[in-house]
Amino acid sequence: MLRWILGGRESQGAVEKNTVLFIGEEQPKNSYTELQVLKGHFDIVRFLVQIDDFRFASAGDDGLVLVWNVQTGERLQELRGHSQQVTAMTAYSWSGGSAAHAALITASSDRTLSLWDPETGNRVQTVSDLQSSAKCLLVLDRLDLWISGGNELCVWNRDFHLLCKTDHHSDAGNTAMVELPKNCIAAAVDKDIVIYRLCVTSSKMDTSIAEIRRLTDHHDSIRALITVSDQMFASGSHVGELIVWDSLDWTIRAYERILWDEPHPDGQTEIKLGSQKQSEMSVQHLASDGECIVAAVGSGLYLYNVSSRSVVAYRKAAHDSSVLHTMLLPEGQLMSCSADGSVRMWELQDLPLPAEPASAGFFGMWTFGRASKHASQQAKKVPEVPGLRTLELTGDLIGHSGAVQMFVNFGDAGLVTCSADHLVIVWKNGERESRARSLALFHKLEQNQGL
Amino acid sequence: MIGSPDLVPFTNEDGFGEAYVDPCKIPEEFCVPLFPHSGNANPWSKTSYAKFTKDFILISEFSEQVGPQPLLTIPDESKVYGTFDLNYFSLRIMSVDYQASFVGHPPGCGYPKLNFVEDSKVVLGDSKEGAFAYVHHLTLYDLEARGFVRPFCMAYISADERKIMQQFLELSSEFSKASECLKTGNRKAFANELEKKLKDLEYTRTVLHKETELQKKNNGCFSAQAVEKANELANIEKSIYEHKDLLKQITSYPNRKINDPEFLPYESVNATDSTEVDQEHAFSEYNSENQSEDLSIKRRSSYTPQLIKAKSAKCFDKRLKTLEELCDLYFFHQTMDQLRLIEKTFRGDLCYIYTSQIDKALLKKQKITNFLFEDSDWEEDEAVIHFSDEKQTLINNLPPPASMLSGEPVSLDSYTSCVETVPIKLEAETEQGLHETELTESSPCELTRDNFDEGIDAEMKGSISSGESIEVLGTEKSFKAQGHTVNPDSVPNLQPQPEVIRRRIITRRAYSEDSIDVLSTTDSIIPEDLRASYPSAIYEEEPPVENCTDASPNQISVLNKAPGMLDECTYVSGAVVQADASCCMGKEVQTYKESSPELAQECSANGIVKQEPQSCRQGDPSLQVDFALEQTTFSEASPSGHPLYELNPNCLSDDISKVTLDDMSDSTSFMSASTSSDRTYSPVLCGNPITVKHKKKAGQSALRFIRQYPFAQQAIFCLLSGRVLVVMGADEGTVRKLVNALSIYVPNVGKYGESVKQWLSSPFQLTDLQNWKLIGLHRMASPTGSSMMHPLTRYNRYISILDIDHKTLRCPPYRGSLIGRMVDHRTQIKRGSTYFMHVQSMLTQLSSKAFLYTFCHHIHLPIAEDEDQDTVASRRASFLLHQLGYNEEDCRIMQFLSELIKHHYLHGPGKGVSLPVLSFNYITSILYKI
Repeated sequence: MLRWILGGRESQGAVEKNTVLFIGEEQPKNSYTELQVLKGHFDIVRFLVQIDDFRFASAGDDGLVLVWNVQTGERLQELRGHSQQVTAMTAYSWSGGSAAHAALITASSDRTLSLWDPETGNRVQTVSDLQSSAKCLLVLDRLDLWISGGNELCVWNRDFHLLCKTDHHSDAGNTAMVELPKNCIAAAVDKDIVIYRLCVTSSKMDTSIAEIRRLTDHHDSIRALITVSDQMFASGSHVGELIVWDSLDWTIRAYERILWDEPHPDGQTEIKLGSQKQSEMSVQHLASDGECIVAAVGSGLYLYNVSSRSVVAYRKAAHDSSVLHTMLLPEGQLMSCSADGSVRMWELQDLPLPAEPASAGFFGMWTFGRASKHASQQAKKVPEVPGLRTLELTGDLIGHSGAVQMFVNFGDAGLVTCSADHLVIVWKNGERESRARSLALFHKLEQNQGL
Repeated sequence: MIGSPDLVPFTNEDGFGEAYVDPCKIPEEFCVPLFPHSGNANPWSKTSYAKFTKDFILISEFSEQVGPQPLLTIPDESKVYGTFDLNYFSLRIMSVDYQASFVGHPPGCGYPKLNFVEDSKVVLGDSKEGAFAYVHHLTLYDLEARGFVRPFCMAYISADERKIMQQFLELSSEFSKASECLKTGNRKAFANELEKKLKDLEYTRTVLHKETELQKKNNGCFSAQAVEKANELANIEKSIYEHKDLLKQITSYPNRKINDPEFLPYESVNATDSTEVDQEHAFSEYNSENQSEDLSIKRRSSYTPQLIKAKSAKCFDKRLKTLEELCDLYFFHQTMDQLRLIEKTFRGDLCYIYTSQIDKALLKKQKITNFLFEDSDWEEDEAVIHFSDEKQTLINNLPPPASMLSGEPVSLDSYTSCVETVPIKLEAETEQGLHETELTESSPCELTRDNFDEGIDAEMKGSISSGESIEVLGTEKSFKAQGHTVNPDSVPNLQPQPEVIRRRIITRRAYSEDSIDVLSTTDSIIPEDLRASYPSAIYEEEPPVENCTDASPNQISVLNKAPGMLDECTYVSGAVVQADASCCMGKEVQTYKESSPELAQECSANGIVKQEPQSCRQGDPSLQVDFALEQTTFSEASPSGHPLYELNPNCLSDDISKVTLDDMSDSTSFMSASTSSDRTYSPVLCGNPITVKHKKKAGQSALRFIRQYPFAQQAIFCLLSGRVLVVMGADEGTVRKLVNALSIYVPNVGKYGESVKQWLSSPFQLTDLQNWKLIGLHRMASPTGSSMMHPLTRYNRYISILDIDHKTLRCPPYRGSLIGRMVDHRTQIKRGSTYFMHVQSMLTQLSSKAFLYTFCHHIHLPIAEDEDQDTVASRRASFLLHQLGYNEEDCRIMQFLSELIKHHYLHGPGKGVSLPVLSFNYITSILYKI
């Protein structure tokens, strides 16, 4: 049904040439048959945040925050105020009074933090003249607090009062934060993961934050940090290290070194400094559904099962260029977007011969040269080889002409992607949309009482 | 007459009572009335005995000095009316003025009162001259004229009686516009004149006053001279009072017409910006005269008052004002423009006018689907109305003109004027069904009887018809009665009037002994004695009324009701089989249940005919050419380049996005490509509205295309199914030509061809694919060419590429049958315009099916509670596959058209031409070669 064509695909723009699989024009499993281009940004769109069932916000290097309706593609609000690029954005919701409030917090390179009301487009709160621009934001719903991470961590309450902050870090600053149990926070600072503890009193005004632990197991700067479950969080580094940590005692639960093309069998301990190699191995993004972790490693995908501590599936050349964002969907579906401008959909499938261990011959189909060695190495590393499955490409979405930065899945309403080509595209199920339009038509017909 | 074939159905119907309506028969309103003579007479030679070659407009005046005289004709060439005796005809037409133009001292009123007389409209026939005329009488005010009024008339003179009769309402409304314009100008001039006169009078009064004082001082208060002067002064005072009152009357002209949306007397069709300015200027000028005092003072200061002699010389020695003088010059020219437009509109054979009117009316009815393939002429009227709405503020300040014929919200009773004795009730559309049956039962017998009686009469009396006869064939009221009782919201020209003609001829022959037959008047005063002596003359007006009410509501109600019926029936069909045989949609549903494909297909075809009658655009070449020319000049008059951006908002934003693409694209060659790219737009497609003329021209190239390329079907399938077709070539002319040709297949191409990009020499973007469905792309050999080609490979799943240099087409396969008839390379059609019409009719058929598909309730919504989406989907599929007999590809066309219809219905025509989404399918393309 699917035709696999090896190699020979034209390079796309800045994308380096690579052997990559190519899916034909026939994609029966791809239900996205309608696209809507949302124009409004003037520069790279980097962030997408879902506000509620039908709204989302997009922000990027032009400092603009735009609020869209995913169903109609209508631009609902234009939040202007940042003079420089937006560096982080998160949705902030609280239930005050009768209704739930949804708001957006944005951080920008102009060293401001703003709270927006997406309903009215008003800038409700703003803090300027920060010591450094915030690179990441974390909302602690439980405490009704939020934290901005730049060169230091700042803890804020809903009214934008600074409650406390940490000392100045290195210039690298915080790049990612996750919330841990017991009022702890893990923050990625260059190669380290720093665990902070928040001491919150009832009045909240004398909240304090203190560093309690520093985990220094990564060999290179940490690129991704995610919560896997209540017990675990995971981090990925620039050299392809994937570490699963225990959320309570901060010990290593699992350590994986992802080496796509490792010439030496003992490469696990060796740090390769070749820049090309490194970018190929860099863990760009992690995503998890509690059971599995999908890591975007270079231009490949790596699926790791946390409970069995085994590799489920991997594909070295999933994209033509580095994968920037990934997502796990139910029923073994996977989605990834890349700097090559495409979004690809994958399906976890059993190997054709599940009884046999994954043979070099099979892997040889899509990894060339040293594939056999590679495969055997993987097999060595992962004892449960029979459980190894494969990621089959079920469809791709081509529309962006620049790197697809990230996407947000609205489920039935569609998939939203944002890209360096300044566009936001909503991908929809054409059949579903057609049905919805028919319903709307008959509804209007009824309202008008005939034509 | 008796042998006339269209008599037969009536007798049949009478005999059977409940008539069986052949569903395949073309509804009567689409039939062009048959030529009444059955002999070998050439229908086109009918005008031969008239002394003029073509229709013209004559303006005449009943001069108080010399009697009726012709003033001017439009067109203003003597060869138009040839040897036709204008003087004689003027006498004729001026002698039938039924206006109640009573001006003067009404009893019980001390001073003259202006009557705002409504124009009268009559149809005259002069069998001696072979001339028939629509005559529009109007009065203009002239201070120097007897009773302040000057009777004028405008006449549309044609050798074709049927034309006058059938186009009466149109003529009347058009002439009313001209008349309103003229009268507005006249009121303005009259007010001016009055003001001058008042000035004079006041000046005279002061002079007289001085003289009287002097007389008193010199000769004492009661000297004869003093008394005389005092009397004179009193007269002057009275005169001033009267004139002031007149001025008040003329300026406080009743504000009756303000709210009429159709009121636009000063709007000529090809109004350019300059005339608009003119117009506004004129308006403000007028306003200032009414309201702002200082301006009028300034005005007056330029005028030196003159002394008025106590006894002004009575008329005969003085020169009367000409029409231009009577009317403000601006308005006069506007009127002339309007009259010229009328002449142009009604030029040509009746059958053509009639067809195009039916066509237009039907297009207006098909608001749901006509945006797909029809040119946007029909939108124009609405646009004009809208425009006039915007002008309300201006119009509000104007002295509104007298009521026009059309659109006046008068109660129905007043329409029934002369036909009050008609036995059929004229309360319109209370109960359509009941009404219809009543009519069908009553009218045919009466008609046949009448026909028999008078047919014989006619036979006998035909020869008696005197040469001197001139007769009034109808008046506005009688026509209005027909028009409005039929269906007030229906387009008036939808009424088929074959009966009218037939009956008319009878009438003329039967009653031509009298030199003038007055059948009815504007005032609808029909004296009892007249009624008594010419009972049938009164009844003459009846059959048309019958006929119209008989035929039109029937059809129109079907048109209107069809979707509703559809709904009802499909609702019902879930539970019980609809057994109503008279409801065609019910039939369809029934057969659907039975799932008998052939029958179902047949019936659904019936449904389509009923619902959405096909119309075929037949253009009178001369008319279309003129229209096109006007359009062109109009858009050329607007500032260069500007409207284009306005009209196509994508242009600007595309440029922006292009620049930004440059920034991130690492190839420098790309930069040069986009900077060197010529973004010139073809004058044919972009910026200017696409007219039928363009499309017909395109038809020729399209014909060539389908003969030349064996894969033309595939290319056209792409266009019809919404897949972007890129025509690629090195030669700009060839590409443009082909794109032009193919544009006739692009659904919803837009008024200005927004969905078509004729020539593109820079790489296109994803957003372009959303806006353009047909793109002409420049193939460049230079390195920049590769960046041009890049989107072609990147987006190849969304586009089809027609390479005209290599004669290849890369697109999904088409195996359907829909396009086969439309695109047949062995077609016998030779002419481009014929082929265009062929295509147009096929496309109309297609869009009617798409309409059915879109609005068919049960194929989109669950009928029963427990039905899930899959059931509905399978029903939808079987509707397309089995009932319409389409295959997968044809379904795709249907679905695309349906999506367009849905979008158009939900969001209206205003929200851009293209869908806001780009739909596509994951299908493998095939490379076709010659």
